[in-house]
Amino acid sequence: MDASEDILHQASPDLVRGSETKRAAKAARLSPSFISWLQAGPMMLVFLAFFLIPLVFVVIVSFWDYNEYQLLPAFSGRGYTDTFEGCIAQLPELCTIGKTYLMTLKLCFMVWAITLFIGFWVAYFLAFHVKSKTWQMGLSLLCTIPFWTSNVIRMIAWIPLLGRNGLVNSGLVKTGLINHPLEWLLFSEFSVVLALVHLFTFFMVVPIFNSMVRIDKSLIEAAYDAGATGLQTLVNVIIPLAKPGIVIGSIFVITIVMGDFITIGVMGGQQIAAAGKIIETRVNALQFPAAAANAVILLAITFLIITMMSRIVDIKKEL
Amino acid sequence: MKEGRPRSFYVLAAFFAAYTLFLYGPMIAIYVLSFQGPQGGLTFPMNGVSTFWIAKLFQGTGIVDLGAAFRRSLLLGVIVMIVTVVLSVAAGMAFRRKFKAQSILFYSAIASLIVPSIITSLGISLEFRIVDDLIKAHWNENFETSMGLLTSGLGAHLTWTLPFGLLIMFAIFNRFDPRLEEAARDLGATPWQTFRHVVLPIILPSVIGIGLFGFTLSWDELARSSQAIGAVNTLPLDLQGLTTTVTNPDIYALGTVISAVSFTVITLALGTIHVLNKRQAAKGSDAGQGLV
Repeated sequence: MDASEDILHQASPDLVRGSETKRAAKAARLSPSFISWLQAGPMMLVFLAFFLIPLVFVVIVSFWDYNEYQLLPAFSGRGYTDTFEGCIAQLPELCTIGKTYLMTLKLCFMVWAITLFIGFWVAYFLAFHVKSKTWQMGLSLLCTIPFWTSNVIRMIAWIPLLGRNGLVNSGLVKTGLINHPLEWLLFSEFSVVLALVHLFTFFMVVPIFNSMVRIDKSLIEAAYDAGATGLQTLVNVIIPLAKPGIVIGSIFVITIVMGDFITIGVMGGQQIAAAGKIIETRVNALQFPAAAANAVILLAITFLIITMMSRIVDIKKEL
Repeated sequence: MKEGRPRSFYVLAAFFAAYTLFLYGPMIAIYVLSFQGPQGGLTFPMNGVSTFWIAKLFQGTGIVDLGAAFRRSLLLGVIVMIVTVVLSVAAGMAFRRKFKAQSILFYSAIASLIVPSIITSLGISLEFRIVDDLIKAHWNENFETSMGLLTSGLGAHLTWTLPFGLLIMFAIFNRFDPRLEEAARDLGATPWQTFRHVVLPIILPSVIGIGLFGFTLSWDELARSSQAIGAVNTLPLDLQGLTTTVTNPDIYALGTVISAVSFTVITLALGTIHVLNKRQAAKGSDAGQGLV
């Protein structure tokens, strides 16, 4: 409400009665900005209550103290000092947290490289080689359907194939290629990377496909007409134009793998340490401030990676 | 004019086929294995064919109380689906005009999508624990907990489904022709009538797509549920619990049953979308039909 009108109203109620009715009429019509609030408000509230405030709590609790069974709301750096225990004393050896993050980054890098390779060529095939819209739709759907089914099921689906008596091992033994079943096929780094690639290549395919279908086909023809080879067209025309999709897909895959604890747990036979798993372990031990401190560290590292990557591309413009 | 396909087409087609096999092969393997005979084990070869393990699930003699977890997951999935559709469509409409908190909402949604699930889940669990402690300290000493399937659990799932819903709405309105609404307004339709009779029918197939994402993502959700669901488990949590202990095919049977629900929902949704699209194509426009 206009302040001057307010004062006027107090001084002489009769004078502004006219504007009162005008305001009532306005309210019945609803102002555009009010409607926007009504439309967007509920979603904003959900994010506020279940995402933004919880994040604030994670940061606050990471500076609380704790004992065997409860949270103590008093300032303490124990969550962090416990996490980095021995990191300086053990130098130049890496401490537990250092080793864990190194392992996580290694998994992250392997999964990223493989999903990028597969995702790029799958998207390329769909965008440039499949000419009919119906086929394009059908094949994209074929790639999407597994995303709508359970991740755990898609993980355990590897057990009958990769286990000691699984299809792969029994096949290899039968053909005489190996004498003893391979032990590293299941519950190993290999199976973790395999499962992560299996689950999350989708996140690479979709954004890359989206940027590729937007590429004007005449640009590619122009490159060919100007005498570029297939490889030159790919490197100088298609990849630069598909870069936004590549970056967005990479952000998805990297953040998922950085925080993953389920795939690494199930497929690693609960034996492989990773950034997400430390948080889970701390929570199970009811050491919430230590869990929160680890969450803050993970968040900071993830945020750092994303800022570095989004330097390359303006995400908002691409959606 | 038909040109021959380049060799790269065949190479990439083979690559795509291999990728599809990689996607579906293992899943199909466990669907087959869940029909093992009663003496069957966790791997091939099949030891007879039966519905023994699936029947055993429904008898409730298994390790988990499947029926209760099934109903809980279904209830949560349906509620998440409805809330996701309503809030996403509403917020999607809001984004067609400029409004003040636009970029805050946009970045919240994107952040909610990419902040690791375990952090969101931990945050929600801390939030509810602290609220519980406050209630116990100030109002009611006997208060148990405000955490639960339809409080913290629902919220946790929404932080995962709403960003997808919002992004789909962006995609819809990127291709939406605003002249259709102007035409409706010019003919005297109220804003609500314009939405109900013009906008909604056009976007309906994609809105069903949002519902499909909402339900399936909630039905299979694991990482965000893990810390925030409270005392009871959802179906995927039970399934994950089984992975470390199980030695016979009932885990595959459970997987097959869960997938059957997913595939039913996917088929229903895609079928409806297909029918709606066909109807739109048939009845949507009378351009070129001449004046009758």
